[in-house]
Amino acid sequence: MAKTEILTGNYAVAYAAKLSRVQVISAYPITPQTSIVEKLDEFVESGELNAKYVRVESEHSAMAACIGAAATGARAFTATSSHGLMYMSELVWWAGLGKFPLVMAVVCRALAPPWSIWSEHNDVLAHRDSGWIIFFAEDNQEVLDLIIQSYRICEDERVLQPVMVALDAFILSHTSMPVSIPEQSDIDEYLPTPGSRRKPFILDPDDPLTHGNLTYPEYFMEIRYEIEKSMNSARRVIIEAGRRYGEITGRYYDSLVEDYRCGDADIVLVNVGSSCGDAKEAVDLLRDEGYKVGLLKLRTVRPFPFEDLRRICSGKRYIGVFDRNYSFGYGGILHCEVSSALSGIKVPIQGFIGGLGGRDITLDDYVWVFKILVDMADRGVEPKPPIWVGLRGVV
Amino acid sequence: MLKQLSWLILLLEVVELSYILPVSKPSEGASGFTGIWRSFKPVIDVGKCRKCLLCWLYCPEAAIKRVGDDYMSVEVDYRYCKGCGICANECPFKAIIMVKEG
Amino acid sequence: MGGFKGGGLNMSISIRSLTLNEYLLPGNASCPGCPASIGLRMLGKALEGRYVLVIPACCSTIIEGPYPKSSYGVPVLNIAFAASPSAAAGIKAGFEVLGKGDIHVVVWAGDGGTADIGMASLSGAAERNDDIIYICYDNEAYMNTGIQRSSATPYAAWTTTTITGKSEHKKNLPMIMAAHKIPYVATASVAYPLDFVVKVRKAASIRGMKYIHLHSPCPTGWRFPSDKTVEVGRLAVQTGLWPLYEIDHGVFKLSDICKPLLDKRNRKPIEEYIKIQGRFSRISKEQLAELERYVESLWNEIALMIEKSKMSEGGC
Repeated sequence: MAKTEILTGNYAVAYAAKLSRVQVISAYPITPQTSIVEKLDEFVESGELNAKYVRVESEHSAMAACIGAAATGARAFTATSSHGLMYMSELVWWAGLGKFPLVMAVVCRALAPPWSIWSEHNDVLAHRDSGWIIFFAEDNQEVLDLIIQSYRICEDERVLQPVMVALDAFILSHTSMPVSIPEQSDIDEYLPTPGSRRKPFILDPDDPLTHGNLTYPEYFMEIRYEIEKSMNSARRVIIEAGRRYGEITGRYYDSLVEDYRCGDADIVLVNVGSSCGDAKEAVDLLRDEGYKVGLLKLRTVRPFPFEDLRRICSGKRYIGVFDRNYSFGYGGILHCEVSSALSGIKVPIQGFIGGLGGRDITLDDYVWVFKILVDMADRGVEPKPPIWVGLRGVV
Repeated sequence: MLKQLSWLILLLEVVELSYILPVSKPSEGASGFTGIWRSFKPVIDVGKCRKCLLCWLYCPEAAIKRVGDDYMSVEVDYRYCKGCGICANECPFKAIIMVKEG
Repeated sequence: MGGFKGGGLNMSISIRSLTLNEYLLPGNASCPGCPASIGLRMLGKALEGRYVLVIPACCSTIIEGPYPKSSYGVPVLNIAFAASPSAAAGIKAGFEVLGKGDIHVVVWAGDGGTADIGMASLSGAAERNDDIIYICYDNEAYMNTGIQRSSATPYAAWTTTTITGKSEHKKNLPMIMAAHKIPYVATASVAYPLDFVVKVRKAASIRGMKYIHLHSPCPTGWRFPSDKTVEVGRLAVQTGLWPLYEIDHGVFKLSDICKPLLDKRNRKPIEEYIKIQGRFSRISKEQLAELERYVESLWNEIALMIEKSKMSEGGC
């Protein structure tokens, strides 16, 4: 029987890694991710988790060690945040482009300066092109579930790419919520045997291969295209893994998106991460008042859920995209991606920016956002440049 | 034509991997027949050779082969020898001389 | 000193005992007379194939040849410039959990990847005492990018970024590694391959972090003819500029080849080493005198370390 415990997001990560029987952990502390690696250390030192823990001197080395471990076929795990992810960046790309199946939890935190330890998504989204599958979790249950599923996905022969699970700083990482923890035996059955992976290649003196040597332009593009093929396959594999996970836990993740009352909605807001909870509440509230609104939560940012997005958003009166990130000189990153994904579909798309550096995004904010969208739809106005929600001195 | 040929070779080589992966297999001549780089070639005077094997030890290219029943004789694999001349310089018995190619 | 020529013959193992198998395959992309190739061949013969190589950006990423072929007969993980010690630590951890802990994990890195950009991760691996063999093949500059200075470039040497000669001395990496109190540190030279093989095998027999610094004269970057690689390497040792030693569990041992050099009179004049290298062609008298002082202080330190090790071994 699964049991329910009150866990922070960080502990949910640690429990998920333990349930996944990770074999090599390598990590470096950074607020607000630190309690993940502390908890894992406790699991390892108490003998509850049989893993090697490489206590490295930087995030750059943490990812290098995970790549090395993954290159032997071992199941590797790390976690980081913000500047840690940026310092690790060179190796994040190495893992994605080199097809090293491993899993990383990223506690999303704003980049400095000025110093901030609170949530923002720019750290993760700076790595959207690196060949990693990227999940955003809404709550701590999803954090635990996605980490476990990530191992099934990344080790699937059709995928063999690393997976990042993003969770918001403090809002998830340090907030306790009830989390249902599956039975170890169920997870053992759900995941491949740890260390049994031999694909896409392993370091084996009996079958020596050189990984990543110089490649001339005449071969290079095909190697890149292989990654894109894996990403395309991942769409299907993620759904299969989520469905199977539902069969053992009752929690089904059989879509790359979560469609919350979008079916008959006129207005749909696209969002990721923890603030989807507030957005859902706003939808319920406004539905009670007679507004036909819905929320489309993207669970994956890579692979990007084109088909779901186009299916759900066609025929709507107005689409909003809420970004907890910013691309200076352009706008919200997801706004940009959603707009491009919906090209050819005649629907106006308005961007909203909020929650930067951990600024609260409240229920009222979402009600306000939805009402703006309703108003714009009613008046038939064209979308404006992104609206910064809650910006002082500006409406 | 050459391009098509190299593609065919690639296809044959990667087909067993079933993915096009950034991995390569050990192979002699990975950078071609490097003997064509050579402007001087080492010539071994078998009469002077005392089989000390220093040329074999120092050859950076593994282009000096140990041959014979006891593997104590040496010969140069001219397909790969780049003609660096270390063997001639190190031979204590002056049994190897560098001769200009062509 | 004549006995130094072919000094490889005088070691405790014979050339004949080395395997005929090659783990650096011919037809690779190294320059003619490449010292790294000599080192890679000897590494293979020392460990006879039961190892994996971790290679950061360096000349050896070129030597391995282009996709889909490789000149290396052992598994290789290419990794980012500064990341090789930690990648090796990860590989070792993976092997250990998978019950393959007998496979040696060897980092093969240049002096730039070791003494400069990789210093932090190398220090991290040393402090953790990760069970890896780290070999720095030191060609005393960034050769792969076209001969720029590194912190391992010696005093007064020309590089493309020290065109009037480097004004600082070479960073003493082996001693920095020794300060980490790792179980095994050694210096070696491509001019003495059997000594190197013995040291690699010794490293392989020890658990924990092992560091071997392999002096690797580069004809391309040091501006000498390609047939002189071994000769230049030998002169570096004979002049006292590159002493060969081991620090085995804290005990300093001067290698036999170098024992006569404790007596200054047995050292060849530095000019003999300098004059056959184009990189020192503009060296001044003052610079030469400074190099001589450097060698003097190096050997004074060695004499002290020998004394200290004798004391810690309890006399004799």
